[in-house]
Amino acid sequence: MADAIEGHGSSLWKDAWIKLSKNRLALFGLAVLIMLILTSLLTPLIAPYGYETQNLDMGATAPSLQHWLGTDIFGRDMLTRIMYGGRVSLMVGFIATAVALVIGILWGAIAGFFGGRLDAVMMRIVDVLYALPFMIFIILLMVVFGRNILLLFLAIGAVEWLTMARIVRSQVMALRNQEFVEAANSLGLSQWTIIRRHIIPNTLGPVIVYTTLTIPSVMLLEAFLSFLGLGIQPPESSWGLLINYGVETMEEFPWLLIFPGIALSLTLFALNFLGDGLRDALDPRTSKD
Amino acid sequence: MYRFAISRLLQAIPVLLMVITVTFFLVHSAPGGPFSADKAVPPEVIKALEEQYNLNQPVWQQYLSYLGDVIQGDFGPSFKYPGRTVNELITAGLPITAELAFYAMLVALGVGITAGVGASMRPNTMQDYLPMTGAMIGICMPSFLLGPLLVLIFGIHLDWLPVSGWGDIPGDKILPSITLGTGYAAYIARLSRGGMLEVLSQDYIRTARAKGLSERLIIVKHALRGGLIPVVAFLGPAFAGLLAGSFVVETIFQIPGLGRFYVQAAFNRDYTLILGMTIFLSTLIILFNLLSDILAIWLNPKLRQEIRGTN
Repeated sequence: MADAIEGHGSSLWKDAWIKLSKNRLALFGLAVLIMLILTSLLTPLIAPYGYETQNLDMGATAPSLQHWLGTDIFGRDMLTRIMYGGRVSLMVGFIATAVALVIGILWGAIAGFFGGRLDAVMMRIVDVLYALPFMIFIILLMVVFGRNILLLFLAIGAVEWLTMARIVRSQVMALRNQEFVEAANSLGLSQWTIIRRHIIPNTLGPVIVYTTLTIPSVMLLEAFLSFLGLGIQPPESSWGLLINYGVETMEEFPWLLIFPGIALSLTLFALNFLGDGLRDALDPRTSKD
Repeated sequence: MYRFAISRLLQAIPVLLMVITVTFFLVHSAPGGPFSADKAVPPEVIKALEEQYNLNQPVWQQYLSYLGDVIQGDFGPSFKYPGRTVNELITAGLPITAELAFYAMLVALGVGITAGVGASMRPNTMQDYLPMTGAMIGICMPSFLLGPLLVLIFGIHLDWLPVSGWGDIPGDKILPSITLGTGYAAYIARLSRGGMLEVLSQDYIRTARAKGLSERLIIVKHALRGGLIPVVAFLGPAFAGLLAGSFVVETIFQIPGLGRFYVQAAFNRDYTLILGMTIFLSTLIILFNLLSDILAIWLNPKLRQEIRGTN
């Protein structure tokens, strides 16, 4: 795959990086994202307290030297809770986006590559699914099948692949008629090999952009459901759930609401800026919307 | 144009049918019957209840009779609110949610268009950066965070506004409307800025400038109509989002609207209520998407011609 990318456009990626590195907000977003990923990976090692550690006698305390972000009503360290919650929130963001990515790319690539009637049928299915109010359906799924974290990944992923399929399809349609695909055809490569080695790598730009913008919207969806009590369930924790708990006690202990809120907002902020920056750098045509 | 509208309307029918079918079978495949929570109920009572709700018939028969009822606009009785029908609950909640969504939309359009058009008039100056940064914050500040923070500041700390209810105390509609509208104001600001920038670079605007029209006249009479098309196209999805957002806002502010009923039905496993409301809300959303599509095309002469060409 690597040779396909380099053969076509090492200069494109270099250009994109130069443009991106001039965009301070996007770089800030990238830095926050890398920091978050590292923190999430290392949480069990670097969290100041254990996930289960509680101190009922102490109860909720304001931020202090021992507990930088204070403690909740069970005397649990907020920083630790937010770090573990962030792991879940990020994991939902990444896995659900990955599900959407795989379905969307395959669907779009197949529809766009083969075209004709297959394309018409496949895209009609996408159109119909687009018209469905998915937020309501996800809630319905959570009610019917119980609040299962795996189902949550699948349900969110199943919603988000539609736009990906449309983007990939239009890319593929444009690529299909180019000379290098014709050349590959005349060399006798199988259709599948052409899709895998020549078409998909060349659609990566817009896909990366859309992926970066999908992760925050998935995280938001998870937080939304968890806030309503229909997403992540205790003893697991996520930022949405922490905000939910924070609201219950916000009059006496506002920091229990504010810190998880900052964590979520900052992450969404960073990812959106990174996505916008990547869009300007990689895909100038769609920078308008 | 009419043919287009009618053909889109006809296309909505299979979608609606699919919604009804999928929701019906999803809810009926739920593990554990709707009455399984009440363990002490004797078998005769369960049997009577099953008869009352047609649960003793084969699923496909239940489906057909439900479909027949729904087409006539009858969603049947609620499982958990004895003696009340789903229709009654929807009728009770709808005006409240509609009012909330209306005010939220006013906030979103008023603030969003002002900020977006203002920003597009002086791109890459402070008049652009400030509202657009504000819009980014608005997008990243979900309603379930913004609402409680507003309550904390204006309701509890400053004690200016009531923190719950709807129409009981003067001013209790302000915070929920702002909470629900802010995110959409942010999106609309970004969309209207983008749309306006595109339009303002067109030749007919240059012509208007060359004729010596004032900037205000150019914006109001020439640019807005084209520049706001993306906003109009966004109204359909935004409406769907407002309904979903009302789940959260009505829960936070304890407003007895559709959203709160829906969330409560989800928790109570009130299957008929959830089934009926899903179908009802889906229908609303699909219709609004349709309307905003048609409106966007009606506003855009280029698209209108394309449709005329294909028909």
